[in-house]
Amino acid sequence: MNPWPFVVAAYSAALLGTAGLLLASYVAMRKAEREAEALRSER
Amino acid sequence: MHAFANPARFLRLARPLTRWLGWGGFLLTLGALAVGLFAAPRDYLQGESVRIMYVHVPAAWLGMAGWAGLAAAGLMQIVWRHPLAGIAGRAIAVPGAVFTAVCLVTGSLWGRPTWGTWWQWDGRMTSMLVLLFLYFGYIALADAERERDGEGRLAAIFALVGAVNLPVIHFSVTWWNSLHQGQSIGLTASSIDSSMLWPLFGSALGFTLLFGAVVLMRMRASLARQKVEARLKRMAA
Repeated sequence: MNPWPFVVAAYSAALLGTAGLLLASYVAMRKAEREAEALRSER
Repeated sequence: MHAFANPARFLRLARPLTRWLGWGGFLLTLGALAVGLFAAPRDYLQGESVRIMYVHVPAAWLGMAGWAGLAAAGLMQIVWRHPLAGIAGRAIAVPGAVFTAVCLVTGSLWGRPTWGTWWQWDGRMTSMLVLLFLYFGYIALADAERERDGEGRLAAIFALVGAVNLPVIHFSVTWWNSLHQGQSIGLTASSIDSSMLWPLFGSALGFTLLFGAVVLMRMRASLARQKVEARLKRMAA
């Protein structure tokens, strides 16, 4: 059995999972911090 | 530890640290995975499929370390009532669940060419699947408590009780007959050759730094949301 498709699939799963997690966390953090900043400058 | 329970002090440290952990983790992970994929030797028995180890093992460690972090945060929340402990717990849960899921998926992909099966209901794999379900339970419980403006003490207790699964995962390969290989990396010795061990440590450290960056970003998002909610409540009053 050729192992390379399994290796590629495993690396893809790990990298996509990690990248998705980083991107979602970054976007949520920027959005929340921008909202907090906007509300502070409104005062 | 008590010094960083203050959100303002925590944020002063977290802002630069997020960037350092993120970029450091990115570069280290990329470098270690490139070595693991193209430069590290193939295994004499498993052949090329051993390269899955460089993503599978760090994911397994982080899935388990994540729950240990949840339990530590739960303990701090219950004993010292640290204001950041509940936030830290909620921030750890999602990346912990994602890395546990990655561990299960990559393990299954490693099992098919190595063992001839995608899945086996043995001690190691089943206890890891139980860990994933525990993460789902924690996330649901913590969210439900947050919606009811609770302190998150139930979720903290759940995290402490769930920690009983960690030694089960660790010792499952010695307690029961398993398709999964036994422990190959100990505190003082390893049965893995150094040409494979260094890229493995590199990728484990890289993924750990990325995990840390995700936790800090999620904590910063939670703190910012709390600030907005508090201000809106004050404005409405």
